Order: sequence, then structure tokens, then C-alpha cells
Amino acid sequence: MLTLSHFLVLGAILFSVGVVGIFLNRKNLIVLLMSIELMLLAVNMNFVAFSHYMQDLAGQLFVFFILTVAAAESAIGLAILVVLFRNLRTIHVDDLDSLKG
Amino acid sequence: MTLADMQFVVPDLRLASAEIVVLAMACLVLIVDVFVQDKKRTLTFALIQVSLLGAAVATLLTSSGQILYTFNNMYVGDLMGDLLKLCVYVTVSVVLFYSRGYVNDRPQLARGEFYVLTLFATLGMMVMISANHFLTVYIGIELLSLSLYAMVALNRDSVTSTEAAMKYFVLGALASGLLLYGMSMIYGATGTLEITAVAEQAFNGQINRTILAFGLVFLVSGVAFKLGVVPFHMWIPDVYQGAPTAVTLFIASAPKLAAFAIMVRMLVNGLLIASADWQIMFLILSVLSMALGNFAAISQSNIKRMLAYSAISHMGFMLLGMVTGVVGGDARFALNAYSSSMFYVITYVLTSAGAFGMLTLLARTGFESEEIKDLAGLNKRNPWYAALLMMMMFSMAGIPFFVGFFAKFSVLQAVVAAGYLWLAIAAVFFSLVGAFYYLRVVKVMYFDQPVEEARVVAPLGVKVLISANGLLVALLGVFPNGLMWLCAYTLSQSL
Repeated sequence: MLTLSHFLVLGAILFSVGVVGIFLNRKNLIVLLMSIELMLLAVNMNFVAFSHYMQDLAGQLFVFFILTVAAAESAIGLAILVVLFRNLRTIHVDDLDSLKG
Repeated sequence: MTLADMQFVVPDLRLASAEIVVLAMACLVLIVDVFVQDKKRTLTFALIQVSLLGAAVATLLTSSGQILYTFNNMYVGDLMGDLLKLCVYVTVSVVLFYSRGYVNDRPQLARGEFYVLTLFATLGMMVMISANHFLTVYIGIELLSLSLYAMVALNRDSVTSTEAAMKYFVLGALASGLLLYGMSMIYGATGTLEITAVAEQAFNGQINRTILAFGLVFLVSGVAFKLGVVPFHMWIPDVYQGAPTAVTLFIASAPKLAAFAIMVRMLVNGLLIASADWQIMFLILSVLSMALGNFAAISQSNIKRMLAYSAISHMGFMLLGMVTGVVGGDARFALNAYSSSMFYVITYVLTSAGAFGMLTLLARTGFESEEIKDLAGLNKRNPWYAALLMMMMFSMAGIPFFVGFFAKFSVLQAVVAAGYLWLAIAAVFFSLVGAFYYLRVVKVMYFDQPVEEARVVAPLGVKVLISANGLLVALLGVFPNGLMWLCAYTLSQSL
């Protein structure tokens, strides 16, 4: 039998994978964007689990908004990535080092 | 739920009239701008100013002095929100006047997008300020952030700008993720997403304290990211330095007001019951920010980066007021402490807009005026501008009889009243460290030999505006009581 805590643990694991992915990834900016998506999906999992468990629709409604905004966010992120690639000719995270101090 | 229950009730749209005006005007400007041939976008610029004016009128007309909710309690209209929104309109309007010359000199920036994105970001800030539901908070934050990411990358041939935009985007998205995770946990603990209902549930004790505290950690981290306090400050220096100065000017001013508003809405209105938990978190963030911000600023040679670290330390100082609201379950000093924070953030925005506005005016075609040494001998070239920039620096350093001094003084008063004497001493110590790098800028302006002789020319209107800004920084320092009272009164009517 699946209980609420199963979903919460899964959500926490996915979220942690996302956060760790952002900080450990030194290679590719696209992997970074994927990590961000993973974090948001983990949050969605939490909302749906709580919403179902409490029989309250508000949480599931919130998920629709998160999905929509995440799409807009990816669009902007990829656009910035394209512009960055035009300037730098690379998408390695380590090459983003012109701002320091 | 049966079909009979699902009646559509028209919400009270009057409360949101300012937002509706701004949204309608933003859409109108999007269309009109397509047909504008003028390289200087005078019509677009005028329309933006008109919409800000319209929003101000709408806010003033609908301000009732009561706390009113609409859109099923998702949206709140109260005096604190009205005051902060008016500050946002004024700041955005002034910021656009300052950046006009800068933008027109640079073909990459002089496009309708710059103005439209500014207006959409303003709308995001307004939504944040009036949010009474976690969903509204989230939508507002994203509307603001997505506009800002694009604005930072607007200068798309510049490596530094696009790199700053990428860093801002990744860290901003991470912050949104943290904030959302916190919201989901608080939803789980209280069973509601409405901020006032969260407070009710928490007050009635029908909550899971462990999950609430867990969610709170993430919520505070998300807010700290938006404010830019240590250890969530990494984006601030890079974005301030990398973004075009006109965009830095915008990012460094009005959004701080919105971040303050969501902090008050979510933590004070919603989770005051857990104040002991979030106050200790803010205490740590605040001391770390003041320490790192002030010490890191000393070694900077780029003035935008220096002011970025200074922003970190200022936000840390502002948080001191939030730390000292409730002492041992006693909320007697809360109003005083929160209103001192509000005074701090409003006056900081005023000073920051002036300082970055001056940097924007000093930049010309092909010259950015970003290094501290670029200011050398400014007194010989433009004595009045040097004097104005000196006032901003003095105010930020907290030298008496400039407004920054009173802002710091009122926050410290709240800190001492709450019994945290050591904290007040630490704050004063870090401010003294901070005074060093502000005074260095003054020294460079007044005592170093100018490297070039070119005088700065600005249109008369902008000159008047920045003079008024500088004089306000000085005048509010002598007569701070009016604004101080306004902050305390609006907060007392809104909490």
C-alpha cells in the first residue's frame, strides 16, 4: 500500500537530485536546465500527493500553474543559452568565468 | 461539488484596477511599438510613463484604508500594499528617465522590448505586493523574474551580459524551486494555500509542526534568494556587473520593495506563529550578509560590483528589523521593528536608484564608466554630479544627517529594544567597515586627477530629477519623521 510518505520521500529524492545536479554539474548547461525541470516536477509530485491525501483540489490546480510557468521558464532559459552559445561558442559551465571579483 | 455550486461570481475588480491598467497598457504598448519608426522610441517611452501614472491614480482612488480581499481571497488590498506600490511606480518612472539617454545611445537596448519588459516586471512586482495566496506570490515572482532575465540578456552581443543572464536564470530558477518546495510543505502542513488561512490554521493548532518547520526553511531560502542575502547572494555581484547599467539600475531598485512585501505577507501575515523559527534563520543570514557584503566590497575595483556587495550588506541590515519583531512570544515591538525595516528598504531603494542613476548618466557611447577609477576627478568635471554621488555614498555609509543614517538608526533602535545588544554592536562594526569603501569613492572623485576632461551632459529634466533624488536623500535625513510615520501607520493598518 502506498502512503503519503512514500510520495513525499520520492519527491524529496527527486528534488535533491535536481539541486545536486545544479551544483555538481560542471559540464553542460543543458543538463542544468534539466535539473531545474526535475526540481519543479518533484514539487509537483508533492502538491499532487498532498492534494489527493487531503481531498483538496487547490494543490492540483497549483500544479497546472507550475507546469505552465516552467514551460515559459525553459523557453527563456533556452533562448539565453542560444545567445550565450553565439557569443562563447561553448556551453560548458566552466567557461562561464568572465565575471569574477 | 455539484453543478449548482459552481456558480461564477464576478470578483471585485476595482481592487485590482491598477494591475488591470498596467496589463492593458503593456499589451497596448506591445502593439503600438511595432509601428513606431522613431529610433528613440519617444512614443513608447511616453506610453509607459502614462501607464505608470494611470496605475498610481488607480491605486490612490481604490485605496480605502481597510484590508479588502478579492479573487477568492487570493488578492489583498491594504495600505501597506498601496504605499509600496506607489513607491514602485515612482521608482520605475524615475529609473526610466535616468536610463533613457543610456538606452538611446545603444541600439541593442533602444528597442520596444526594453520598455515593455520593464512594464511587465512592474506588473509582477504589483502582483507580488498584493498577494494573499501562495499561487499569487509565485505568479508575481515569475512574472518579475522572467522579465528581468530577458532584460539582462538584452545586450545580446556582449559576453558578460549573456553570461550574467545565464547565471541569473539558473540561480533564479533554483530559488523558485526552493520557494515552491517550501510552499508545498506548508500546504501539506496546513491544508491551505491562502496566506491568511495558513495563519488561522496555524493559530488553531491543527497543523503538523515538523512539516511546517521543514517547509519554512525552504520558504525562507527562497525569499533570501530574491532579497539577495548570504548564502543565497551568488547571483547579485555577477548580475549587477554583467547587466547593462540601465538594467542594473532597474534590478537594484524597485524589486527590493516587492521582495520585502512578499516577505511580510508570507512570514508575518502567514507564519507569525513560527516567528521564533524564521527569526533565528534571518538572524544568521543577516549577520553573514553584513559581514561578507562589507568585507568583499572593499576589494572591488568595479563600482557596479562594489555596489552589489553593498546591496547584500544593506539587505542584511534590513533583515535585522525582521529578526527583532517578536521577542520570547511577545509581539509588542513587532510593529516598530517591521516599520523600521520598511523605512530602511524604501530609503535604500531611493539611494540605490540615485547612485546607479548617476552611473548611468556618466556612461556615454562606447564608454561604460564601470570602474571606480573612471570617476577620478569627477569634481573637476562635474562638481554638482560629484556632490550628488557623494550624498548617495554618505547616505549608504550611514553618515549622520543623511537618510541612510536614520534608516540604520531606527533598525538599531528596534534591535536594542528587543535586547540584542551584541547584534547592534556587530551591525555598527560592519557599517564602519562599509564606510571605508564608500569614502574611497568620494576620495577618488574629489582628490584624484581626472584621466579625461569630457564633461557629462544630460537633458535638463533628468538633471532636475537626479538633483531632486539627491536632495531627497539629504532632506529625508533631516526630516525622517513623515516617512517613518507613514511606514508605521500603513503597517499598523495592514497587519
